[in-house]
Amino acid sequence: MKTAIKLAYRNLIGAGLRTWLNVIVLSFSFVVIIWMKGILVGWDRQAKSDMISWEIGDGQYWHKTYDPFDQFTLQDAHAPIPPAFKAGIKNGDMLPVLISQGTIYPEGRMQSVLIKGIDPGQDILNLPTQKLDTTPDIIPAIIGTTMARTSRLKVGDHVTLRWRDANGTFDATEICITNIFKTNVPTVDVSQVWIPLETMQSMLLMPDEATLFTIRDSETTQPASENYKFMPVKTLVADLESMIKTKSVGQSIFYVVLLLLALLAIFDTQVLSIFRRQKEIGTYVALGYTQKQVVWLFTIEGAMHAILAAVVGAIYGIPFLIWQAKTGWALPVETSDYGFAIAETLYPVYSVGLVISTMLIVMLATAIVSYWPSRRIAKMNPTEALRGKLQ
Amino acid sequence: MKRIVISTVVCFLANAIFSQDASDILLKVDRNMSSKNRIFESTMIIHGKRNSRTITSKTYSEGSQKSFTEYLSPASDKGTKMLKLEGQLWIYSPSADRTIQISGHLLRQSVMGSDLSYEDMMDDRKLTDIYSAKIVGEEKIGDRTVRLLELTAKVSDVAYYKQKMWIDTERFIPLKQELYAKSGQLLKRTELSDVKNIQGRWFPTTVIYKDMLKDGDGTEFKMTSVKFDQEIPGYIFTKAALKQ
Repeated sequence: MKTAIKLAYRNLIGAGLRTWLNVIVLSFSFVVIIWMKGILVGWDRQAKSDMISWEIGDGQYWHKTYDPFDQFTLQDAHAPIPPAFKAGIKNGDMLPVLISQGTIYPEGRMQSVLIKGIDPGQDILNLPTQKLDTTPDIIPAIIGTTMARTSRLKVGDHVTLRWRDANGTFDATEICITNIFKTNVPTVDVSQVWIPLETMQSMLLMPDEATLFTIRDSETTQPASENYKFMPVKTLVADLESMIKTKSVGQSIFYVVLLLLALLAIFDTQVLSIFRRQKEIGTYVALGYTQKQVVWLFTIEGAMHAILAAVVGAIYGIPFLIWQAKTGWALPVETSDYGFAIAETLYPVYSVGLVISTMLIVMLATAIVSYWPSRRIAKMNPTEALRGKLQ
Repeated sequence: MKRIVISTVVCFLANAIFSQDASDILLKVDRNMSSKNRIFESTMIIHGKRNSRTITSKTYSEGSQKSFTEYLSPASDKGTKMLKLEGQLWIYSPSADRTIQISGHLLRQSVMGSDLSYEDMMDDRKLTDIYSAKIVGEEKIGDRTVRLLELTAKVSDVAYYKQKMWIDTERFIPLKQELYAKSGQLLKRTELSDVKNIQGRWFPTTVIYKDMLKDGDGTEFKMTSVKFDQEIPGYIFTKAALKQ
């Protein structure tokens, strides 16, 4: 075994440029696969962390009819705050939010929005709700940057907001934009206007009512209620997870193509080696090697490309991957309209498992493509091979 | 003391008489504007910011609960049909060969891009059933003398809490209407004109709708032919008629 490895190493190095070209292409596959997988892991972590900080906290209670993907449910998705929730709200461990549909008229244009009522004093979410406590004469409102861009609203702008109360009667008033916040979570930004909860409850004739509650800590706060169902973080991020999974499958196609290119080069090299080194194969057999041992030798030689590629990849890949983890990858397109949490700059996260699994996959694939053409050796006539006769 | 009592009684009586007048006017308007059934062809001109669009249609309606509209032009909307049946609304699109029910927030969307929303078409209760009215003045619109009525909702489930109506007291038809939000903000304005005597009743054949919160010149609705109390086959007001 040791001799086989030594021989394989010598032969590889002896092949010179051909070996190094294969190694460089394979090392490129290594680095790119680790980087791309790292980006997905980083996005997953970042998006979940952003969703927890901006929208879902440590879980939410939804009104039993509330479905964020079905606007039809909003009309009925509200109920009086259950007595069991009052203590949590008072302690600041539960945050009631009331949601309704409305229309704003920026510069005479009509734009449908979701009006969300939230407690200005809350500190569960990162929303700058303290800015909802600034204008006593007019209803203060905060919006996200995407909403500000689509509606062309700025801080200090007044805009007409129209809504229907619990009885279906139209009402309208001016609101003042007191803050524009930047977030990676479009579900708290796109087409949404945040106003103080109490104001909204009185506007809609829904005193002391809410659509959902965000909780600070699901381990300490989990009261039961008939009208509201508990949605744990795992459920709330399930859509994001399945979307990232879909992206991961899509990316795998890219890995396969990249790996195939590198493996094709190794396969060709192996075929060429066996064709050109028949005398050498014959000599090994004459020296007492069994044909299986010669196949083994050539397989190790091919598979050793992957080891060299891992070393070469580490030389330039480690600095590159560390640099990327620090500076991140700025997405080339606007991401706010995607509809799911995604930052403008994604920071890849690499785990030991990720690196080892990638290396194992690449090495196994390289070993297989090295073994495949080497099987021909077992069928060779040793004397013919020794004479260098083509077989 | 005697004088105060007399003047209070006079004021009370005057108010009662005046509000009685307003209710009567509203009743007459309701009577004049509604019929057993009607068939009309209309042209809707939607004035946008850059250009205007004209849509023609034919409508059959029975009372205030049933109505069926078929769009005749432009080519892109031709064949689209709309059926309103006792509080429910369906639209048939020939390009998709699908019938969809308009409900929830879709009712708030505009009809064919106009200043009218589907829910504006859905509120079919009589004015006297949902508003209490009082006369607040007398004005002139063109050469017609009109009484200005202020309508305040007397039921809770009404879309517009307050309305102002300028009513031609000779013909008992509204010539102008303003719809207000609960806060007092003006939301929509309607101007009715081209009043014609059709089958013995006065009827405005042109209506201009304007969403006052939105830019633009509003939507002009012209009835090119109106026939009252016709024989309308029953199948017209069925979902099956949408696909025919």
